[in-house]
Amino acid sequence: MEHEAHNPALLHHFADAQQQKNAASLGMWLFLVTEIMFFGGMFCAYLIYRVQHFNAFAAGSQQLSIALGAFNTAVLIISSVTVVLAVKAAEAGKRKVLVSYLVVTVLLGLTFLVVKGFEYREKFEKHHVPGASFNFTDTFDDNGKKIPVNSKEAELFFSLYFAMTGMHALHMIIGCGLFTGLAILAWKGHYTPSYYTPIENGGLYWHLVDIIWIYLFPLLYLISRHS
Amino acid sequence: MASTAIPANQAPASTPKLNYLNNGHTLRSWLLTTDHKRIALLYLISVSVFFFLGGFFAMLIRLELLTPEGDLLQADTYNKVFTMHGMIMVFFFLIPVVPAVLGNFLVPLMVGAKDLAFPRINLLSWYLYVIAGALFLHCMINGGVDTGWTFYTPYSTVGSNTNVIEAGLAVFIAGFSSIFTGLNFIVTVHRMRAPGLTWDRLPLFIWANYATALIMILGTPVVAITIVLVAVERLFHLGIFDPRLGGDPVLFQHLFWFYSHPAVYIMILPSMGVISELITCFSRKRVFGYKFVALSSIAIAVIGFLVWAHHMFVAGISLYAAMIFSFLTFFVGVPSAVKVFNWTATLYRGSITYATPMLYAFGFIGLFTIGGLTGLFLATLGIDVHVTDTYFVVAHFHYVMVGGVLMGYLGGMHFWWPKISGRMYPEGWAKLSALFVFVGFNLTFFPQFILGYVGMPRRYWQYPAEFQVLNVLSTAGSSVLAVGYLLPMIYLLWSLKYGPIATDNPWNAAGLEWKTSSPPPTFNFDETPVVTWEAYNYDEIPDVPLEAPVAR
Amino acid sequence: MSKFLPLWPDQASTMAGQVDALYIYLLLVSGVMTAVIFLAVAVLAIKYRRVPGREAHQIEGSTILELSWSIIPFFVMLTFFIWGAVIYFQERTPPADATEVYVVAKQWMWKIEHMEGQREINELHVPTGQNVKLIMTSQDVIHSFFIPAFRIKQDVLPGRYTTLWFKATAPGRYHLFCAEYCGTNHSGMGGDIVVMEPQDYAQWMAGGPSAPLQETGKQLFTTLGCATCHRSDVQGRGPNLQGIYNKPVLLEDGRTVIADENYVRESILNPTAKIVSGFKPVMPTFQGIVSDEQLNALVAYVKSLAQPPPGTAGLQNQPAASPAQPEKVQ
Repeated sequence: MEHEAHNPALLHHFADAQQQKNAASLGMWLFLVTEIMFFGGMFCAYLIYRVQHFNAFAAGSQQLSIALGAFNTAVLIISSVTVVLAVKAAEAGKRKVLVSYLVVTVLLGLTFLVVKGFEYREKFEKHHVPGASFNFTDTFDDNGKKIPVNSKEAELFFSLYFAMTGMHALHMIIGCGLFTGLAILAWKGHYTPSYYTPIENGGLYWHLVDIIWIYLFPLLYLISRHS
Repeated sequence: MASTAIPANQAPASTPKLNYLNNGHTLRSWLLTTDHKRIALLYLISVSVFFFLGGFFAMLIRLELLTPEGDLLQADTYNKVFTMHGMIMVFFFLIPVVPAVLGNFLVPLMVGAKDLAFPRINLLSWYLYVIAGALFLHCMINGGVDTGWTFYTPYSTVGSNTNVIEAGLAVFIAGFSSIFTGLNFIVTVHRMRAPGLTWDRLPLFIWANYATALIMILGTPVVAITIVLVAVERLFHLGIFDPRLGGDPVLFQHLFWFYSHPAVYIMILPSMGVISELITCFSRKRVFGYKFVALSSIAIAVIGFLVWAHHMFVAGISLYAAMIFSFLTFFVGVPSAVKVFNWTATLYRGSITYATPMLYAFGFIGLFTIGGLTGLFLATLGIDVHVTDTYFVVAHFHYVMVGGVLMGYLGGMHFWWPKISGRMYPEGWAKLSALFVFVGFNLTFFPQFILGYVGMPRRYWQYPAEFQVLNVLSTAGSSVLAVGYLLPMIYLLWSLKYGPIATDNPWNAAGLEWKTSSPPPTFNFDETPVVTWEAYNYDEIPDVPLEAPVAR
Repeated sequence: MSKFLPLWPDQASTMAGQVDALYIYLLLVSGVMTAVIFLAVAVLAIKYRRVPGREAHQIEGSTILELSWSIIPFFVMLTFFIWGAVIYFQERTPPADATEVYVVAKQWMWKIEHMEGQREINELHVPTGQNVKLIMTSQDVIHSFFIPAFRIKQDVLPGRYTTLWFKATAPGRYHLFCAEYCGTNHSGMGGDIVVMEPQDYAQWMAGGPSAPLQETGKQLFTTLGCATCHRSDVQGRGPNLQGIYNKPVLLEDGRTVIADENYVRESILNPTAKIVSGFKPVMPTFQGIVSDEQLNALVAYVKSLAQPPPGTAGLQNQPAASPAQPEKVQ
């Protein structure tokens, strides 16, 4: 493609840079709407089954690690801060600061994924991965009262757990790849105060993936947790 | 019909020296193009391939149904044939055809832009379609899929032993093609209109594609995730939709129809946009009630999201839910009816000619009226219980999709053929084909309304002997219809070499696309147009005489 | 109607005439509407064909017309909705006095069990003038029970019961079709509804073997060990089932549900899903141990258990206070 982002990065079919920026922004927001609808289907299935099989879902939820989940939530929130700071650095033309924040964001994202990997491994070891080897014998701890739950319903919880966090993790991986690419291009000086649209739009993507996790965490990890 | 003196600016010229077609002859310049017009042609070729493949499967279905016994194909084969006919026609033809072929070509031209907002994403869109198509072809060669295009669970997750996941993946990828097209259209219409082209001056084809794009980006992701869940359940034996494992098969239907009902509006709205263009041009006047027609597209898009469970009245949903969805479904009929009335009223005090595109527009109005009215039968609960899952439904949706979408598409292809190719099609053959299509279509599908009410269920490989005569009528009609589709393939291709060279504006039509050469240059306009007139207001549009198009 | 070119299905149930009347009404309105549009287009297209020298008039529109032809058709459509909803409401509300018949669908046949114990495959014998309610489930995928002559249809789902009712009016043999695609032999999964005069039906019924369905259920209740915990004389480890059918039940988690067929079925297959208040979750699941037919027999038996006399151990099934929102188990 001959229209690589040399400054000015104006593409031939746009009347001016402002139009190009506005178009890119609107396009990104529309894409985010599609992502919300995409995850929305799973959230919908989750909500319906949680109402129908509350006890089993609570029992499954109680088997997840709040500590790791909360840590990951903090990691992502911090990464959204670094993204905002990266955008500000791009706006101010501070190349090295921009690259640093982009790299830190990627590292935070990778941290999230590594922790998720540990969580998945633990689920594997406890035979909580749906499929032939699934074996759930834990109960729903309802304020001290231990209620046994239907294993098939608990399996349904874990199916949705893996589907939703798995899809989220896939988006995180894509985000890390995206930001690595942005960091490389930023290092090469592609972004200036008059053109840093990819940083902004990449940032929007990262924020969305973060927000999706902020919904996933309480829905999956915090069912019926009493101290 | 008498022709009039041809004004000077309409004098036939030779094909413009440099236009989008001859600007680069290598395969690479086509396969790596970012020109929306070339991408539209790439789509035209691939969509047409799938149309004829889907049509071939339709022919197999109609041949099998000539006799009550299952004697042409085995039952399993027949089940695969109707599944693939449905999947190909819905996902690889009806959903993309008007937006990706006519929309891609015309949207930038009609808004006075040089290209769509994201030309590279446009190309990506086409590649996704092709990859999805290739995957689907591979699935077919590998034994096909037999779940019906609707993938109902638990048959699709547990019961069927065919290539469900591969077919689902193909549909998933095709969905992203659709999403990116929609995204491109919305941004283009919002951000790249020519100076003076305010929202209330936009051509109705733009309004229609804009509304369609809204549905594409909101609805398609939901079916995408639904297919992912079906694939995941099938692969890992999860229990999301399988009741033996704690799941709910009806949940699948809700998630599926949440997209698939709005999807039918993705199919019909762009065609309705075409009809608005045709009626106004061939009546030489502005459309009656522009605001109402424009907003009716938006209304259909919005209300279309609220009615999905009218596909599920006997599926086991609650009585009260059924009543609500039935009530809402009647709402969505109103904006469609408004369009039909407005088009009809546009004819009043017009100056009407009967070129082939206009004949398709008339055909659309007639057939869509019937198809839409039969939709009301299905919205009516008491009747739906009897006719759902019978040939009545099959007839209904073929009336709106073939009698509606396809007629609009063919009308549009003929109308814009000079702009796209720089050549005129042969009018006599075109009118004959339109007649074949109209007669063949009605003979194929009208008997199916009767078949449905007397009780023949759909997706039946064999049927009781008393249904044979109606089936034979239907098959006879389909052979006429097939001729009607094959003829344009032949004469349009013929016209590329032998058709008369077209002028910039052979129809004397309104619309910015006619203010550039036929075919247009790669960047559409030599100078950005400035718009000062309302859509189709033939009194005001510069350089467009009120004279009728030169008759042929 | 002609056997060679059927244009209308037989009318053989009380609802058939009503559905046909509504259909004819819609046909008439649609016919008129179609004729109006076709005529308008034809007349206008000819009357306003291009005549050299006569220009088109650029008419903007008319809000009054727009509103009229939006609002009036909408009100006409409302009549469709109301009439259709009334019929649907009747179709989905089985009369209380209906005789029950259990239907189990499987790829690719219909298995029918009358309460009296009669079993049929792909055929359903019913008498005229009698309300009949079918309680249906599927052993595998979704099917649909469709009788064109009665104008009714209901999807048959795995994992739960759905119901359908009718009252046959004309003796004869009518098509039964499966109307939800279910695999290879979907189109072969048909049969007949055999409607007989009451005396012929009684004769047919008497000619068959078998114990009534609830008797079979009663035997299963003992052989499967249900009676060990669900006692009717003293307080057992499980709730007393006397008279629970269609009554509200208070659950452990505070919800109140109605003990309908789906509840009873679920309690056998998935006992920990809904635990009755005051009881421990000790009941084992019978998933995989009972077939769908045996389940039907057990459900029929539980339904047949009469209200216990006052002062016995059935009282703990009643909620302590009046229920706020009894939930119907779907």
